[in-house]
Amino acid sequence: MARIDCNHIRHAYGPHPKSDKDYALKEVHHAFEDGGAYALLGPSGCGKTTLLNIISGLLYPSHGELLFDGKDVTNLSTQERNIAQVFQFPVIYDTMTVYDNLAFPLRNRGVPEPDVDRKVRETLEMTGLADMARRKARGLTADQKQKISLGRGLVRSDVNAILFDEPLTVIDPHMKWVLRSQLKQLHRRFGFTMVYVTHDQTEALTFAENVVVMYEGEIVQIGSPAELFERPKHTFVGYFIGSPGMNVMPVAVEGRSARLGSQTIELPGAPKAGTSGVIELGIRPEYVRLGATGMPVSIRKVEDIGRHKVVRASFEGRDIAAIVGEDEDIPADPKIAFDPDGINIYADSWRVEMGG
Amino acid sequence: MERTWNNKAWFMVLPVLLLVAFSAIIPLMTVVNYSVQDTFGNNVFFWAGSEWFEEILHSDRFWEAMARNLAFSAIILIIEIPLGIFIALNMPKKGWGVPVCLVLMALPLLIPWNVVGTIWQVFGRVDIGLLGYTLRALGFNYNYVNDPFDAWITVIVMDVWHWTSLVVLLCYAGLVSIPDAYYQAAKIDGASRWAIFRYIQLPKMNRVLLIAVLLRFMDSFMIYTEPFVVTGGGPGNTTTFLSIDLVKLAIGEFNLGEAAAMSIVYFLIIMLLSWVFYTVMTAYDAEQ
Repeated sequence: MARIDCNHIRHAYGPHPKSDKDYALKEVHHAFEDGGAYALLGPSGCGKTTLLNIISGLLYPSHGELLFDGKDVTNLSTQERNIAQVFQFPVIYDTMTVYDNLAFPLRNRGVPEPDVDRKVRETLEMTGLADMARRKARGLTADQKQKISLGRGLVRSDVNAILFDEPLTVIDPHMKWVLRSQLKQLHRRFGFTMVYVTHDQTEALTFAENVVVMYEGEIVQIGSPAELFERPKHTFVGYFIGSPGMNVMPVAVEGRSARLGSQTIELPGAPKAGTSGVIELGIRPEYVRLGATGMPVSIRKVEDIGRHKVVRASFEGRDIAAIVGEDEDIPADPKIAFDPDGINIYADSWRVEMGG
Repeated sequence: MERTWNNKAWFMVLPVLLLVAFSAIIPLMTVVNYSVQDTFGNNVFFWAGSEWFEEILHSDRFWEAMARNLAFSAIILIIEIPLGIFIALNMPKKGWGVPVCLVLMALPLLIPWNVVGTIWQVFGRVDIGLLGYTLRALGFNYNYVNDPFDAWITVIVMDVWHWTSLVVLLCYAGLVSIPDAYYQAAKIDGASRWAIFRYIQLPKMNRVLLIAVLLRFMDSFMIYTEPFVVTGGGPGNTTTFLSIDLVKLAIGEFNLGEAAAMSIVYFLIIMLLSWVFYTVMTAYDAEQ
C-alpha cells in the first residue's frame, strides 16, 4: 500500500491543448493517504475516470507528476506501478475457471505455483467465491464476475492501491448494497488504499471516509460526507450532493444580513471579504423551516417520498425546496424561516467564510 | 378460450414450397433419377439400381480426386486461418487506416472467380506472366503447366490470395467487438502479448472462426472455377479436384448415371464433414 501524490497533474486528450477548455483534467494537486478510502464523485465527463486512469498508468498525464510513497512513477507502466483496477463492466477471462482467473495476475508475474495456490485460496475466502473456484467464469452472474475482477486485484498482496471505476454500475440494487459493505469490511481488515470513482452520491458517501468532488476537470472539494453536506465549498457540491440539492439564490449582502427582493435574511455572521462578484445564498432544504412565522411563500407542489415530504414553493419569485417531516402539516398560510446553521454564502460560486 | 383451427393457413406456405421445389427439390430429384438409371440415348432409360453408386465407390479415380480435394482443403485451412487471424490482429483499430484496410481486404472477394483464375493463369505464365517470368529469370524452374508441384503451389497461393480476406474480415469483426477494458485489465494483470491473444482475443473470435472454417472448408471442397481456368485439372490429373472430375464425367464423358451418383455422394460428404466440423467446434466451445 502506498500514499499517492498527484503533483499539479493536468491532462488533455488532444495533442495541442491551448486553453483550459482543451483539458479534461485542469489541475489536480492532491494526496491520497496510505490506507485511505477515497471516493471520486462527479457527473459524467468531469474527469474522474481520466484521473483514475492516470493513477493506474493507463493514461500518461500531459503535465505534472505522480508519486507513490514519494517515488516518481509518472513514466512507469501500469505493470511497474503495481496497481489493481476494477472496471465498470466485469472483466473476466471467459475460458478460465474462477480459480485460474484469480491466479492469472500472479502467474503472469512468475510467482511459484505453491504461493499462487495459497494466495488464490485466501482471496477466494475473502471474496466469498470459494464454492465456485472450479467453475468456468463465464457462467457466473454479474456480481460474481465483478467479485472476480476485484479478487484479481486483491490476490496481489503488494499492490499499491486498488482503483474502482464505477464498479457497481451493472449490479442489481440489493447486491450493490452487499458488495459495498463487503468492500468496506475488506478495507477495514486489510487497509488497502482505495480510490472509488462514482457518479452516485449514496455510493460515494457510504463507501468513503473522504469524498473528492470533481467538476469540469477540477477538484472542487475534498471532505468527509458530513462536511460536504453541511459546508459545500462550491455551489456545484451543494447541487450535486443531497436530494433535492441545495437551494441557491442571488442575494445582496450588507454586514450580517442578506437581502433578497423585499426580504431580509439574518446571517450567522458577516461574510469575510470577497463579497464582490455574484453573491449567492445557499441553504439545504433540510434547513428551511416551514411554519406559521417567517417569510411568505406560495406552495406549488408537495412530494411525499416516504420518510419525509419535499415541498416545492415559490419564494420571492424563485423556486425553493423545503423538507418537512412525514407527519407535519402544511400550514394554510405558509411561511419559511432559514436555520442560521445551514446558511452558506457564495461569491462567484465559491464559499465565503463568515466571521462571528 | 375457444381455439379456432383453420387449416387454410397452410396455403400461405405454398409460394415458398413452390419456390423451393423449383430451385432445389426438382433439380435434385433429376439427379437422383439419373443416378439410379442407365440410358443409351433416345430418352430410353433402364433401371440400374445401386450400380452407379457401387461403381463410384469402387473407382480409384473418385477416391484419388477425393484425397486431392481433402489435401487441398486441409492445406488452405492451415494457411488461411492463422494468416487471417494474424492479419486481423495487426489491422488498425481506429483512424484513417481502418477504411483503407477494409477496402483492400474486400477487393479480392469482389472479383468473379473465373477472373481470379484468369488473372493467375496469366500471372503465372512463364512467357508473359510477371510471376512466372520473374521466377524463371531468378533461376527457379517454375512451370505450372508441366510440373504438378508448381501447379499445386499456384492453385494454393491463388486460393490464399482470393479468400484469406474473408477470414481476416470475420476475425476483425470479432476483434473490434472486444471492449477496451479487457485490454486495460490485461495490462494491469501483467498479461503478455501471447496471454492477451490466448485468453482475450481468441475466445472472443471463437464464433466467427467457426463460421470462417466452415465457409472456407465448404468452398474449398467444392472448388471448381479457379483451378479449372488455371490448370484445367492438370498436369495429368494432379489438380483434378472432385468438382472438376465431376464435370469431366458428366459433360466430357457424358456419363450421366455415374456423374449423378457421384454428385449425391459428393453432396453427402460435404454435408457430413460440415456437420462434423460444426459439432466438434460447438462442443469445444460449450466445454469452455
